[in-house]
Amino acid sequence: MTGCLWLFWKELVRFGKVSFQTVLAPIITSLLYLLVFSHVLEGRVDVYEGVTYTAFLVPGLIMMSVIQNGFANSSSSLVQSKITGNLVFVQITPITYIEFFFAYVAASMVRALMVGSGVLLAALLFVDLSVYSVLIIFLFALIGSAILGALGIVAALWADKYDQLAAFQNFVIMPLSFLSGVFYSIHSLPEFWQSLSRINPFFYLIDGFRFGFFGESDVPIRISLGVCLAALIVLSLVTLSLLRSGYKLRT
Amino acid sequence: MSKCPAVTIENVHKSFGPVRALRGLDFTIQRGEFFGLLGPNGAGKSTLINALAGLVRPDSGKLAVMGYDVESEYRDARKRLGVVPQELVYDPFFQVRETLRFQAGYFGLGREVEPWIDELLDALDLMDKVDVNMRALSGGMKRRVLIGQALVHKPPVVILDEPTAGVDVELRRQLWSLVKRLHGDGHTIVLTTHYLEEAEELCDRIAILDHGGLVALDTKADLLARGISKTLHIHTSERARNLPPALADKIKRITEDYIELSFSLSEDSVMEVLDTIRDAGVHVIDIRVEEDDLEDVFVQLTRDARQ
Repeated sequence: MTGCLWLFWKELVRFGKVSFQTVLAPIITSLLYLLVFSHVLEGRVDVYEGVTYTAFLVPGLIMMSVIQNGFANSSSSLVQSKITGNLVFVQITPITYIEFFFAYVAASMVRALMVGSGVLLAALLFVDLSVYSVLIIFLFALIGSAILGALGIVAALWADKYDQLAAFQNFVIMPLSFLSGVFYSIHSLPEFWQSLSRINPFFYLIDGFRFGFFGESDVPIRISLGVCLAALIVLSLVTLSLLRSGYKLRT
Repeated sequence: MSKCPAVTIENVHKSFGPVRALRGLDFTIQRGEFFGLLGPNGAGKSTLINALAGLVRPDSGKLAVMGYDVESEYRDARKRLGVVPQELVYDPFFQVRETLRFQAGYFGLGREVEPWIDELLDALDLMDKVDVNMRALSGGMKRRVLIGQALVHKPPVVILDEPTAGVDVELRRQLWSLVKRLHGDGHTIVLTTHYLEEAEELCDRIAILDHGGLVALDTKADLLARGISKTLHIHTSERARNLPPALADKIKRITEDYIELSFSLSEDSVMEVLDTIRDAGVHVIDIRVEEDDLEDVFVQLTRDARQ
């Protein structure tokens, strides 16, 4: 195995050692959302024709857990290694900045997909879900988890203390994921809020992902896919450029 | 490349804002040397080590490990360098063996490294701790794991940045025994330490840094023989009086039956001093010559550099 694969494997083992916190807890949280919101709002919110609110909610909750856990994995691991100083043991090895990027992003993707799959499997106990395109479901899950894995690296590089990372998570990731159409179709919002939703990149992740289940979406799937791929490419280039320059890692 | 030095440092400058951490350092460390890097706090030792490890980028100059440039050929350079950091840093998620196994993996090493990891664990007296989480280890044990991590890829050059800081006497003895063994096996060892007696005991050649500059670079013997001073303790039968002014100036302390004087190694002779005392009519009962140790040389050189 190469250094990159070992770093990837180390990251998997790391979150595996605290899997109650990193995998099981987010699944339970999503299920609680599902139980509460579906019970309260079923029949009260208009979504797609022929789709129950509970079924509509499930893909949104899955993608929200993919987003939050993709971000949490790379950001928490990296910021911890950076602040405690043990990142030095990776920095003094022949691992390149590109390998470093792939190892952290890939590990984030694995965790995000594990949590997402867990939410899906658990939700299937309560609701019947149609599948329009497995390919699109996978594609958006992969792109979403990769975007957030890369964003987690950027946030961890930027943060000098845990508090700053928590601020990034609470003031950027959480609002963007909650206001991205997880719980509603943006067509049910006033015009202003619809427009605002369209500049939220997480909206396109959720809308595209939901299209994979129902074959229906708020914006055309080509646009969602294009926006998400562009976001992935731009964010990856930014992250690679920060890593290459040694931003806050090498003085 | 076959005869290149183990470490090449060529006119290296580094500033952190207004602070000039390294000022044109320029020297080499030969293969197989046991090299001491000494200096007071803030002298630039850690900056130099971090620059060699690729954690600090010099503003100018060149650094190479076994002939490989640490920037343009960093992969090759890093494969040949092991660094034991000064701080007790560790990943709290992992156990001792996992820590070493992952570290070897980062260097692309496969199963072939596992016998060497066992050997290291044994040499570091960690065999009964292999499955213990890093968090649960004592400071001394964590330090041993750090050394293991630095050695896990069998680097020809090993840098130890104050490895015995805060380590008890017994462990310090064990560590030096291991480091001596590594040196005996052909590794180039670069050591920074605050314990000057360690450098005096172990190192072949010593560089003294201060304020980012090189104050001295010499073999240990030559550094000690720089003729700074010796102290002569003389027990006499009575108080020495009427000593000539040239000798009286050198006296540090004088009592009824004792004279302590310092004199220059290059300018004075013990025999001449004794003859002068005898000529003053004083009977010499016993003498003891105390030479400066590395600490005195170190203090003198860094003080001179500041002046």
